[in-house]
This record gives sequence, C-alpha cells and structure tokens, in this order.
Amino acid sequence: MALDEYKPQTGKAMLEGEGRSFKQVGTSPDRPDGVDKVTGRARFGADVTAPGMLHAAIVRSPHAHARILKIDTSAAEALDGVKAVVTRADFATGLTGEMWNILENVMADKTALYDGHAVAAVAATSALIARDAAKLVKVEYEVLPHVTDVDAAMATGAPVIREGAADASVPPGLHPNVVRYHESGRGDVEAGFAEADLVIEDHFRTEATHQGYIEPHACLAQMGGDGKGELWCCTQGHWNVQKICAALLGTEQSALRVTASEIGGGFGGKTTVFIEPVALALSRKTSRPVKLVMSRSEVFRATGPTASTSMDVKVGMKKDGTITAMQGTFRLQGGAFPGAPADMTAMCAFAPYNVANLKQVGYDVMSNRPKQAAYRAPGSPMAAFATESVIDELCNQLGLDPIEVRLKNASREGTRASYGPKFQRIGLVETLEAAKAHPHYSAPLKPGQGRGVSCGFWFNFGGETSVSLALSEDGSAQLMVGTPDIGGSRASMALMAAEELGIPYENVRVTIADTASLGYNEVSHGSRVTYASGLATIQAARDAVRKLCGRAAAKWGIPEDAVKWENGCAVPSGPNAGDFDPLPIAEITASMGATGGPIVGHFEATPEGAGVSFATHIVDAEVDPETGKTAVVRYTVVQDAGKAIHPTYVEGQFQGGAAQGIGWALNEEYIYGEDGRLQNAVFLDYRIPVASDLPMIDTVIVEVPNPGHPYGVRGVGETSICPPLAAIANAVSAAAGVRLHELPMSPPRILEALERQRGG
Amino acid sequence: MSKIHVTTTVNGDAVEFLCDARETLLDVLRDRLNLTGAKEGCGTGDCGACSVTLDGRLVCSCLVLGAEAEGREIATVEGMANGEELHPLQQKFIEYAALQCGICTPGILVATKALLERNPDPTETEVRYWLAGNLCRCTGYDKIIRAVMDTAADMREAS
Repeated sequence: MALDEYKPQTGKAMLEGEGRSFKQVGTSPDRPDGVDKVTGRARFGADVTAPGMLHAAIVRSPHAHARILKIDTSAAEALDGVKAVVTRADFATGLTGEMWNILENVMADKTALYDGHAVAAVAATSALIARDAAKLVKVEYEVLPHVTDVDAAMATGAPVIREGAADASVPPGLHPNVVRYHESGRGDVEAGFAEADLVIEDHFRTEATHQGYIEPHACLAQMGGDGKGELWCCTQGHWNVQKICAALLGTEQSALRVTASEIGGGFGGKTTVFIEPVALALSRKTSRPVKLVMSRSEVFRATGPTASTSMDVKVGMKKDGTITAMQGTFRLQGGAFPGAPADMTAMCAFAPYNVANLKQVGYDVMSNRPKQAAYRAPGSPMAAFATESVIDELCNQLGLDPIEVRLKNASREGTRASYGPKFQRIGLVETLEAAKAHPHYSAPLKPGQGRGVSCGFWFNFGGETSVSLALSEDGSAQLMVGTPDIGGSRASMALMAAEELGIPYENVRVTIADTASLGYNEVSHGSRVTYASGLATIQAARDAVRKLCGRAAAKWGIPEDAVKWENGCAVPSGPNAGDFDPLPIAEITASMGATGGPIVGHFEATPEGAGVSFATHIVDAEVDPETGKTAVVRYTVVQDAGKAIHPTYVEGQFQGGAAQGIGWALNEEYIYGEDGRLQNAVFLDYRIPVASDLPMIDTVIVEVPNPGHPYGVRGVGETSICPPLAAIANAVSAAAGVRLHELPMSPPRILEALERQRGG
Repeated sequence: MSKIHVTTTVNGDAVEFLCDARETLLDVLRDRLNLTGAKEGCGTGDCGACSVTLDGRLVCSCLVLGAEAEGREIATVEGMANGEELHPLQQKFIEYAALQCGICTPGILVATKALLERNPDPTETEVRYWLAGNLCRCTGYDKIIRAVMDTAADMREAS
C-alpha cells in the first residue's frame, strides 16, 4: 500500500498500562545519538585508527571440507611490509566445549570445515599489502567429501563432519552428524488425530539466510607483551567478547578491556566473535595495534547465517476449528558445529495454541557450512512457517476464518505452554482481535492477490545486567549501561531514567560503558535490552532517588522514610507534609560533596521476568503467473509490546522484522554449488529487500503489560520476524492457487509450483 | 610502488593526497582524509553506504578510484550540515526515527539530497526507486520514505 493511501487509525486496540500515568515514557523524543548518526560523526567498528597501526587479512579455505596438510608462510613473510603471520599455533590449547568450538571456527586446526573457514592471518603496514600477503600463504589441502544439505547430512553414508560431537541427548542409531536431539510434548497425539475431522501433514524446507547487517565485522586490537590488551569492536555484547577472547588467547579476562563501537546492525549475528581473537593474536605477536575488517564476501562465507531446515508438521482439526493434536519434526543444520536451534524451533512451533495433544522433535545436524549464529528469534520463524501453513490449509479446506480459528485455539493467561510452563499475562488474543478489527483484514483484494495471516511467538530473555547512574552537581544524570545500542535503546533508557528522576529527557546522558567500567552485562540479544537494562535503569534511578531523599531528610532533620520524591524534588510527607518547601534535585546535588559525597545509583541482577511475546501479521501478496514474481502489496504488523517506552522505535522494530521476513520468504537464500562452495557471497546475488521492493508497513502496538517489568515492558525486537514467513507463504499460496512448501518463494520456485499444478 | 599525487576538492576544501593506484575513492576518503562518514558495506557497489557525489553526480565511492578524484569536486555526508545547522533531511531523519543502527544513513542522506536537487517533488515510487541502490537492513524503509517525502514538501514550501 502506498503512503498516500494511509489514513490515521482511530480507536487503537491499546489496553491501558497498569494505572500509572507517565510523563515521558510513551513519548518519542529525538534519539540522543541522532546528530552523530546523520552527520557521519558516529564511530562504528571500522572508523577508528591508532598510531603505528597495522592492517590484517585472513587466509580462508576454498574447500568445503579438506585436511590441512601444510601451511607455508615463508613467501608471505618475505613480502615488504609484512610484520606477522598467525595460524592455529598462536592460540590457546586445551580448550573444551563451546570455547573449543569457537576457536576451531575462528581458526581451523587440522581440517577446514567449510568454504571460507579461516586457516591463517597476516598483519602488514597497509591493507593492500596484507591482502597481497594473504594470497602468498601456501596451504596444501587434501580435499574430503562434503555435505551441505540437512537431510543429506543425516542420511546413512554421509561424510562425517566430526566423530564424537554428539551429546547424550542423541538416541543411538543416528548418524554422527546429528549432535543434539530434543523431544517434548504432552497428551496422546494419535488419539488427538483420531478425534479430528481433518488431519493434514506436510513437508517444508527453508534455506539458510544471513542477518545481512550492512556493517561488516571490524575491530582494532592492541595487545602488548605483558598480556594486557585493549579491543574496540562492533559487537552486540562486549563482555562476551572479553570472555571468549581471553579464553582463546590464554589470558585472564580483566587483562582485556573491550569497548563496543557504534554497531551497524547485528540481528543476532554479532553475538559471538569471528575476527577479534585473530587481531589480538597478531597484535600480541607484533606489539602493534592491528585493525581487521571483513569484506562482504567474508561476512557471507564465514559468519553466522541461520540454520536451514527440513520440517514435517501434522495438525488435526475438528469442523468447528478446534485443534485436536499437533506434531512436528524439525531438522536443522547449523554448519560444522553443534548449536542449530532445533530445541527452540520445536518449543516455539505450537506455542500460540492451547492444545491437549502435542509432540515436537528437533534434530541439530552438522554439515560443511559456516557455524550458524542467532538471527532474530532463532528457530521460531521457520517453525511458524511450517505450523501456520498447515493451519491455513486446514482453514481453507474446512471453510473457516483463519483469525477465528486462531482465536478459538489461542494461548491465554494460565494456558500451559506447548513447551511446558504456564503462561502468565500474555497478549496473543489482543493481537488477534486487533488484527480482525483492522481495516486491512476486511479490505477487498484485487484479482491475482491473496491474503495471509500468521501468529508468531518468542520467549524473550533477561540475563545478567549491571547499570550505574551518576548524578552531576547540576542535577543532570549520567547513565552507564552495558548493552550495545542496536536500534535506539539509549533513547528508551534516557526516557525511563528521566521518568523516575523527574528531570527532562535531555538531561540524561546515556553511555555504553566498556568492560572495565561496569559489572558483567549479557549480550544485547533475546529482545532483552529495553526489558532488562530498562528494569535495571529504573532500579538504579530509584536507588539514586533513595539517596537524594536521604540527603533531604538529613537537611530537614526528619526520618528518611518521611521524604518522598515528586516531579524531581524531595518533598516531606506523612506527619511532616508541608513543613518544608520541596527541595529540587539540583539543590541537593549542588551540595552533595559536603553532605555525604557523590550520589550514584546502582542495580545489578539477572532479571527473570522477561514476558513472552506474540504477534499477528496480515499480508496481501500479488503473484505474476508469467514470471513467478511476488509483490507484497500491503502489510500490517500487530504485536504486543507490553508497554512501548519509545513508540516510534517500537514501530521501527516491527517494520524491520517484517521487512527481513519478506526477504527471507521471497528472495534470500544461501546457494551452494555441488563443490560445496557458496555461490552468492555478494549483495548483488544475495538480494535483501530494497526500497522499491516493499510497501509501507503498517503497525499496531498492543500493550498488555508484562508483570515482570515495573512499567510492563516486553522485548519487541525478535517477535516481529516470527510471523512473516508463514503469513507471506499463506498470501502467496492464496494468490497463486497452489500451496508453497519451500522458502524462499523465488520466481523459479513459484513457476515450478504453478507448472506442477497444471500437471506439467 | 610509487604513489599517485592527487589534487581535488572535498566538501569545498582543497585537498591533496598520495594514493596507491588500486585504492578506491572510499579508501582515500576514509583512510587518508579521515572522512569516515562514508561506509564500506560491500565494496562492490551494491549497498550504497559509501555514496558521495562527484561533480554533483551520485556515485558509489567504492567503485571510483582515488586517482580519479583529480580535479573533481567531491561532496560527502560531512559536508551536508552548515556548521551547527543540520540539512533539513538530517533533521527530519532524526525526527522520524528514519534510522536504527545508522550505518546506511550517511549514504541514504547523500543519495536523497542528490534526488531532491534534481526532483524537488518526487512521488513515493520515485523515491523508492531512487533509493533502491541504498540498502537498509533495520527499518524496512517505511520511516525513511516518510522522512524524505516530508522533507521534500517542507523544502518546496520554503523555496
């Protein structure tokens, strides 16, 4: 739908927060880093330099699977300007578990496990010399058989990626490439299917996609012979980088100070490390600062894409729309290491539905592809694609309205979730009601168009969080948080601190502190930042307010608990009400040095009340039967935000998730040749949505407060990518008149499906 | 290998530099002139994060050699604001939350400024196709398109 067709929505499906009226929270002021970002001043990963800096380049395997017989670095080292070459021998030994996996991924040891796997790295006086030198590193390989497809990797006779990688969860008799197994459920699915009037079982596949952040990984490392180091990098979590790099280099964590640069997108893909330990190893070897920046093709070949999937889902439904049983098998390959989110895929698959009989099985499978990394609600979008497609088909065949059927079976407060626990307060029904009431749902479709709907679910997450809020003499505030700002979170933090302190938003400066300045902070992932850092900000501000009230109480000579905080002032209350004039924050802080010292509020905890989140999306798609090209003509996102702190940035998260989902559904895929090499490692061939591909994306913010946050916040970043794959597949299937089972629904796949249906 | 001496103008300032024949204009701007506003998202002309103008023409600076800057006039995002006064597009991008991470923002601002100089009254479709060479992964473009359309309307009114 075009911009000028939009009319303002009235009577929004918004529920009131829990009775609290906010002065600043819920407004959308300009972001604190706005001017830096529009003037080019903001410093991202690749934007810094250091005196005496060297540049690095990485040597990568051209083979999908190969034994490394010999690495000859002599020609590279002989090139003028080359200062050091590192290989696996320059990293720590004796690592186990996930740290070993990460090291093996960062720098191959005896075997190259995928096309693009790092095998050596060079540092030189210029980037051009480093690149030239990398080409002079001679690696002798013995090419091994490879496998890149998930079903092929599980089949008898498939090349074994690594013996002994499976854990105890894997039942006997499976291929060694199956490394984790998940099974959960309840009731009796067979009895459930027997109760149904219609049972549909279908097979679905999705290709791997990349997070596609526009900023390639970049870092600047400095490490001396004393083992002390500094690292600047673009990351979603610099304490995690500190922990991993310290382990991989064999140094203690506190020896390494990590500063997070501005980050040019992450979406989960910058939650781990790829190049930072390499830059540190080169810096340690040369005693000079080393800058390492990935090229785009390195990003595609060697950083985390998603898992690809092969899935079977079976659902039974009565004529009235009641779901009697749901069963799913989800096979995910996550590259040459364990960790594909098969368990989360299985656990998310049926979460929107209150069904008595459930069974979900997940297989985590290794193959000769790069180690998968998180991408916005890892696993959930694929699961929803399979489940919501089957439900759509059941609705079609039984002549039922897809939103009514979802409402009839929807999970609500008190429902036992498909993955175990009972849901607390959740907003799925509210999103469905709002979608049903939205003008989009009843708008007429043109010939050749189809409409699809889908629900989506994500857990959300809390995690270790540490925040510090220091007051200045003039009553303004400096808030330090440890979660990199990946989408405007500094604005939300400043709003929450300003709300509690009763000072203007502009008077709060928010800084992403380095690892030496705060306690451990978990990565910016799991949609946790506005929830957990927000909660910690509110509590740190309340801690500062208690101290401010204490200073006022001491001044007035009354008990501390007889002072309350109102509109940025200490005010006497209870029996002392009205005895003294309100004392503004700036008067207290002006004299704080003489009344007990600096006033700083803290909060450190691992909050566990991240409320789960649901969304419902409506999509209209138009399919050209001659070319197979799909146009998304109208898109509406309805999602529960709990409480929108900065509504404009909440809308931005909704729109961004939907747009990424459109890319995943229609275009984006990792294409491997028979040689196991990635064939489309540039943006021209791996085509993410461009402006002319998309319509405006309408949003409805539903607010069903999360009881686990003081203001009711639920994370919003990830759930927005859960429904699009299915919603678009349902719309495309309706428009094309044939069910699509495989993503992406690129023009050749749609033409194939149309051809099959015509009996071609 | 001897370097090439280049004399050029960047954001109105006379500039000289030495560069390798293989260095791109983007490399020169970022590494030799410390103008890091233009970003390298791909190095192959597909993402537009390195957009600058060369004698008024919108180009991907990763597809231009540094040596080609000789005698030309280059404009980058760093030259958009007039001192403290932001260009109306810069102001509107902040106001509309038309950026999330902000890595594509410099390129998109340079590209849209070039558009509005040619076409002060673009349709939504014209804006979408003009910006089809500037990738944004965060926003879904919605708020960017709105910010551009609204800036264009404001600038027409003001002129």
